[in-house]
Amino acid sequence: MKVQRAALKTDSAPAFDVERIRADFPILGLRLNGKPLVYLDNAASSQMPQPVIDRLVRYRSTQHANIHRAVHTLSETATHEYEEARRKIARFINARADHEVIFTSGTTDGINLVAQTYGRQSIGKGDEIVLTTLEHHSNIVPWQMLAEEKGARIRVVPINDAGELLLDEYEKLFTPRTRLVAVGHVSNALGTINPIKLMIAGAHVRGVPVVVDGAQAAPHLKLDMQDLDCDFYAFSGHKMCGPTGIGVLYGKTALLEKMPPFKGGGDMILSVSFEKTIYAGLPNKFEAGTPPIAGAIGLGAAVDYLSGIGMEAIGAWEHELLEHATALISQLPGVRIIGTAARKTAVLSFVIDGVHPHDVGTLLNQQGIAVRTGHHCAQPIMERFKVPATTRASFAFYNTLAEADALAAGIREVQKVLL
Amino acid sequence: MADAKALYQEVILDHNRKPRNYGALERPSHRADGYNPLCGDRLHLTLQVNGDNIDAIAFEGESCAICKASASMMTAAVKGKARADAETLFHEFRDMATGRLDPAAAGHHLGRLTVFAGVRDLPTRVKCAILPWHTLHAALNSVTTATTEAEADPMHAPIGNA
Repeated sequence: MKVQRAALKTDSAPAFDVERIRADFPILGLRLNGKPLVYLDNAASSQMPQPVIDRLVRYRSTQHANIHRAVHTLSETATHEYEEARRKIARFINARADHEVIFTSGTTDGINLVAQTYGRQSIGKGDEIVLTTLEHHSNIVPWQMLAEEKGARIRVVPINDAGELLLDEYEKLFTPRTRLVAVGHVSNALGTINPIKLMIAGAHVRGVPVVVDGAQAAPHLKLDMQDLDCDFYAFSGHKMCGPTGIGVLYGKTALLEKMPPFKGGGDMILSVSFEKTIYAGLPNKFEAGTPPIAGAIGLGAAVDYLSGIGMEAIGAWEHELLEHATALISQLPGVRIIGTAARKTAVLSFVIDGVHPHDVGTLLNQQGIAVRTGHHCAQPIMERFKVPATTRASFAFYNTLAEADALAAGIREVQKVLL
Repeated sequence: MADAKALYQEVILDHNRKPRNYGALERPSHRADGYNPLCGDRLHLTLQVNGDNIDAIAFEGESCAICKASASMMTAAVKGKARADAETLFHEFRDMATGRLDPAAAGHHLGRLTVFAGVRDLPTRVKCAILPWHTLHAALNSVTTATTEAEADPMHAPIGNA
């Protein structure tokens, strides 16, 4: 089986066999504009390996029915596989219980769920929510909507020139009115890994719960909910080799139990009459309607695939890619890297003197190199660094050192054309 | 997949490096600011319109090469022209960029502006080329801001009159 072939043992580790891993990803064999695809837009969405594709095909071809309903065989199989996926994910993030894994449509959905249930219940007029400058819009706007509705206030942790949160300032932001902290584990625009364990501990000392946006962390870091002690943690399937339309909200049992449902409908109830409806227990209370069953099963397969390689091995290889690419690009004349934190995932955001990022994106694409250009849904960061936009190359474990070389060569070509 | 080289032709690169009519008129009769929130392109356009004639035009701002070259070539194309001719060019340019006008067909007045025809195959870059023209259209109609978003978005809806 391919997963096992790609698996690596940690000690006496042979070099990371990236070519063997690449063979699992059919899309990486594409040629675009006559050039081999160099896919460096993994922070936007990752590619899918054959075992996950196969799992989706197997589900669709032999196991599909609606879940939690009928007594027929297919429905029981689908229900079993769906719940099995939940179990796999609970283990992957070391949750205390399977029912702490709520399936959502993605990170945005998970954060909105918390804002509209826990948030509406516990945040009132004059209360404060702490965010950071590094947040993706999806961890800003749901809180602004809540703050507007409730008359609450948003406070923002500033960053330094490297793109790291200022922890002293974070500590100072707490007041007796602080009700919630919402922070990204990893910045999507800069790659900064935030010290969330420390931040969570700091919030808990004051009795304040913490919501973590883990969209950019789950694909790259080993996650341990119990060790982090976070209250809520949201992430997306499609950034970690799974399908789109599926995500996870982890929440502590005690908090989830006290929260009202987010959406009303089928599957989230115990009984319904026009006089009174009794909600289902966890996790069903938060999964109204027919969920993305195939998506959940696909995400389960993605988690199997990542675990087969090992998140430590993935992290180590991606760090090697980051160091190699950083060394190359930081010495290109006229190129400035935005985001130079000491702890980063393999994200390189940069600007080129005299060249707009959109021209960079179009011209790199011509060379088969896929990057993201723009404000990365993180306009406060662009504002902080006084740039309208950046070009962002984001690596995954299936990228190679040669692809980092291609990026550097591509940037030189862009400069040659435009300057 | 379109070849970006077809878009980044020498004439466009030249206008990007050495934009014509760059700056701002001191006492303009018409002006407008154009903004493309998707990529942060910003343009400030000033015109001196005398009667029916565009006597002078200038632009400045921060933008990508496609937008800057388009602005530069637009100012060169409409300077000294009648307002009605500029409006005709606006409509023709917009139609070409969104694939509704064949630059090879007869009957249009685009001339050298057809070098931008390639954007129709790069949907994410259409707005970059059109922004200066929207801004001109807005200025001539005494609207002080133009944006490539919402109903004026060529990717989502036909562009109405500003």
